[in-house]
Amino acid sequence: MTVVLNQSFTGISIGAVLLLIALGLTLTFGQMGVINMAHGEFIMAGAYTTYVLQQAVGGAGVSLLVALPLAFLVAGATGALLEWLLIRRLYTRPLDTLLVTWGVSLMLQQLARDVFGAPNVQTTAPDLLTGHITVGGVTLANNRLFILGLALLCVLALTLILRLTPLGRRIRAVVQNRDLAEVSGIATGRVDRTTFFIGSGLAGVAGVALTLVGPIGPTMGTNYIVDAFLVVVVGGIAQLKGAVITAFALGVLQSVLEYSTTVSVAKVVVLVAIVVFLQWRPQGLYTLRTRSLA
Amino acid sequence: MTTTTPPAGKTATKPPVTEPPAPLLERFRVPGAFLLGALLLLGIAPLVLSDFRLNLLAKYLCYAIVAVGVSLAWGRGGLLVLGQGVFFGLGGYAMAMHLKLADAAVTGETLPDFMRLYGTGDALPWWWKPFANPAFALAMTVLLPMAVAALLGFFVFRRRVRGAYFAILSQALAAAFAIWLVGQQATTGGTNGLTDIQGFFGYDLGDPVNQRMVYVIVAAVLLLLMAAARQLFVSRYGELLVAVRDSEERVRFLGYNPANVKLVAYVVAAGMAGLAGALFVPAVGIISPALIGIVPSIGFVIGAAVGGRASLLGAVVGAIAVAWTQSTLSDAYPAAWTYLQGLLFVVAVGFLPGGLASLVTVLRRKRHTHDPATEGAA
Amino acid sequence: MSGEGLTVRGLRVTFDGFTAVDGVDLDILPGDLRFLIGPNGAGKTTLVDAVTGLVRASGSVRFGGEELLGRPVHRVARLGIGRTFQTATVFEELTVLQNLDIAAGAGRGPLTMLRRRKGVPEEVTRALETTGLTALRDRPAGVLAHGQKQWLEIGMLLVKDVRLLLLDEPVAGMSHDEREATGRLLRRISGDRTVVVIEHDMDFMRSFARSVSVLHAGKVLSEGSVAEVQADARVQEVYLGRASEPEAQAAAVPVPEEA
Repeated sequence: MTVVLNQSFTGISIGAVLLLIALGLTLTFGQMGVINMAHGEFIMAGAYTTYVLQQAVGGAGVSLLVALPLAFLVAGATGALLEWLLIRRLYTRPLDTLLVTWGVSLMLQQLARDVFGAPNVQTTAPDLLTGHITVGGVTLANNRLFILGLALLCVLALTLILRLTPLGRRIRAVVQNRDLAEVSGIATGRVDRTTFFIGSGLAGVAGVALTLVGPIGPTMGTNYIVDAFLVVVVGGIAQLKGAVITAFALGVLQSVLEYSTTVSVAKVVVLVAIVVFLQWRPQGLYTLRTRSLA
Repeated sequence: MTTTTPPAGKTATKPPVTEPPAPLLERFRVPGAFLLGALLLLGIAPLVLSDFRLNLLAKYLCYAIVAVGVSLAWGRGGLLVLGQGVFFGLGGYAMAMHLKLADAAVTGETLPDFMRLYGTGDALPWWWKPFANPAFALAMTVLLPMAVAALLGFFVFRRRVRGAYFAILSQALAAAFAIWLVGQQATTGGTNGLTDIQGFFGYDLGDPVNQRMVYVIVAAVLLLLMAAARQLFVSRYGELLVAVRDSEERVRFLGYNPANVKLVAYVVAAGMAGLAGALFVPAVGIISPALIGIVPSIGFVIGAAVGGRASLLGAVVGAIAVAWTQSTLSDAYPAAWTYLQGLLFVVAVGFLPGGLASLVTVLRRKRHTHDPATEGAA
Repeated sequence: MSGEGLTVRGLRVTFDGFTAVDGVDLDILPGDLRFLIGPNGAGKTTLVDAVTGLVRASGSVRFGGEELLGRPVHRVARLGIGRTFQTATVFEELTVLQNLDIAAGAGRGPLTMLRRRKGVPEEVTRALETTGLTALRDRPAGVLAHGQKQWLEIGMLLVKDVRLLLLDEPVAGMSHDEREATGRLLRRISGDRTVVVIEHDMDFMRSFARSVSVLHAGKVLSEGSVAEVQADARVQEVYLGRASEPEAQAAAVPVPEEA
C-alpha cells in the first residue's frame, strides 16, 4: 500500500513538472496555435537565471524567491521578442513555425553553451526544501511539494487572469475570432505579444522549479519539450483543466510503468497509450466544438 | 463508377484552348537531368574523389535518400514527418544486426562482440535469430519501417489527427524509440549502438575497393528512388496528394478516403528512410540512438527545407549540401555550425518556404513578367 | 435507380445539448430543384452536414433506397451525393483540369492512380462545357474569380455523376450576372439530378426554385412552391417577427433583410 502511495506521489510530482511546462504551452500552442519548440529554451533561461542569481546573491532561499518573478520576466521578454521578430510573421503557417522555432532553439542552446559552458551546473536548494515529511508512511520530499504547490498556484493565477481580467477577455476574444476581435477595436498584435509573454514567462518559472530537482544545462529544455506538447495534445486546447488532468495522469502512468518495467519501456507504453487515447478523443480531452470545414 | 481509362488523344479534338507547354518540355528535360545526375554520381564522382571523400559522399547520399521520402510526405502531402529517424534507425539496425551476426560467424562466435561484453547469457535473443538470414534482414530494412509507419499512420490518420498533432506524435515516436534503444544495452548495444562492422555480405569493408562498391550501391539506390518518387509526383496519385494537402475535407466529399492517401505517402517515405538507414551502416560502419533521436530526426527535414521541400531535386541537393556543410564545419567550428543550422531553419523555412528551388522559379518568372496565365483573373 | 429521391425522417442533431436540427421530415423528388431557406441558425447547413455524414445525427436519411446515416463521409459521397460549402473550396494549387480529374476519379484503381494522366476524360470535358470553364482549364484554381470557383465546385460534382447535389449558398458574394449564370446552370443540371440549395438570397430563390422548404429553429416550418410558401403566414412571422401587427399582414411578400 505504501509502495502504491509513494509511486503515486512520485507520479504526481512528475505531473507537476509536466504541468508547469505545459501550462505555458496551453497559452501559446493551445490558445494561439503556435508550436514553439524554443519553449524548452525558455525553461533553460529560467533555470540559468536562478543559477546566476544564486552566484550573485548567495542565499539559496532569497535567490529562489527573487528568481521566480525574475525568471518569469527574463523568459517572458525573450518570448515576446521572439514573437515580435519571427512568429507574428508565421501565424498562418503553424508547421513552419515549428521548424523556425526549432532553429531558434538550436541557437539559444548554443548561446547558453558559449556563455555558461557545455557542462551542467547546479544550484543549491534552500534548507527548507531539502528535507521531507512523512505522512502515514508516505515520504513526501519538500522540493517536490514545493513544485506541486507552485504548479497549482500558476494554474490558479492563469485561470483568474483568463476569467476575470480585461486582458483575459481580450485573449479569449482573439482566440475565438481574430478578425472580429480586430474590428471590435482590440489590438490583436499586442494581445498576441502579451499572451506569448505570459506563456513564455511560465516556462521561465518552470525552469526555476527544475533547478530544485536536477542539473541545469543547455539541453535541459529538449528533454521535456516533447512530453509537454503531448500533454497539450491529449488535454485538448479548450480548457486549462485538460492540461491539468493530463499532466497528472501521464505523470502517474509514467511512474507506475517505470516501477513495474523500466524507464525506456515506460516511454514507449505511454506513447502507445496516447495514440490509443486519441482514437477515442482525437481532439484531446476538452475541445471547442464549432462547425467548420477545417 | 466512371470510366477508368481516359480515351487517348482526346486533347487533340479540344477547342483551341491554351495547351500547357510544360509537360512536353518536361518530358525531355527530366530524363536529361536524370542522366546528368547519374553521370555525375556514378561516372564522375568515383573518378575525381578520393576514397575518403567518396565515402563521405556515400553518407550524404544516404541522407538524400531520406530527403526523397520527406519531399514526398512533407513537400507534396503536407505531412511534417519529424520522426524519420525511427525509420532510418529501424532500417539501420536491421542491417547492422545481420552484419554483426555475420561478423561473429566469421570468427566462429555465435554472439556479436558487444553481447559477449555486456551479455545477459550465452543465448542469442530470439528476435535476433532471423536476422542471421541475409534475405530476411534485407527485407526487414524496408518492411519493418513501413510496418511501423503503417501502424502509427493508420491510427493517427483514421481519427483525423493532423497538422501539428501529427508532427508532435511522430516526434514523440522518435524520442521513445531512441530512449528504448538506450535502455536495452544488452541486446541493442545501448548508447553505443551497433559499431565496428567489418564485413558486408562477405566483402571486407576495410578494403577501399569495397567501400567504393558501397558508394555505387548507395548512388544507384538514390537515383532509382528519385525516379520512383518522380513517377509518384506526376501521377494521378501525386495530384491527389496535393489535393489532400490543400483541403482534406474536400477530398473526402469527393469520395476518397484521405487517410489512405496520406498513409501511402507516409509509408513510402518510411520505407525510403529505412533503406537509407540500411545503406548508412556499411557506408559509415555504425548505427546508434544518437543518429535517430529527436534532433537528427528534425535534421532530416532541414535539408529538404533548404533545397525546396516540394521539389524533388531541390530536396536531394539540399540534403547533400547541408550534410556537407555540417561535416565540413562541425569538427572545426562546432559552435558556428550549430548557429548556422539554427539560422538555416529560420531563414529557409521562415522566409524562403520554397527553398533554394523556388529561387530558380522566382528568377525565371522575373524574366517572363508578362505571363498570360496569371493575368486576367480576378 | 434514383427513382426514390431523398427521404428524411425525424432527423435530429444535437451539439452539447443544443438541438440544431429537431425532427425534420423532408421528401425531395428526383429532378427537383429544392431551396432550403430560413433565418440564420435555422439548421439548414447542419441538415446538409447530417445528410453528408459530417455530423452525427439520429433519425433516418434515405437516398435511392439506401440509408445514409452512420456512413463515413467518403462512403456517402460514393453513393452519388455531393455537396459544396459556403466558402468555395477547390484545390487552389491544382489546375481546373486537375481539380475535375481528381473529382472524377474516386473509383480509380491503384494502377491508374500511379500513372500520369493522359488526355482528358470524357466526363471532365462535359463538365468543363456545362460550367463554361473550358477556356480556363489550365489555370490554377486559386486564381479563379469567386463565381468561377463555385462553378468549378459544381463541375467537380458533375464529373462524379452525382445524383444528389447539396449546395450551400452557391451565389453568396456573386455579382448579378454571376447569379443569373449560376441559376441557369442549376436549372440545366437539375432534371436528371436532384438539387438542393441552401440560400439566403430571396430574389434568387424566387427566380429559380422549383420547390421550397422553410426551416426555422431546427424544424420544417413550411413547404411547397414559391408562391405557397410566400403566402404562408408563419413564414412571414418568422421573417418579419411581428406577424401580429397589421403592417406585417399587409406585406404579401416576405422581404427578409439578411445581414
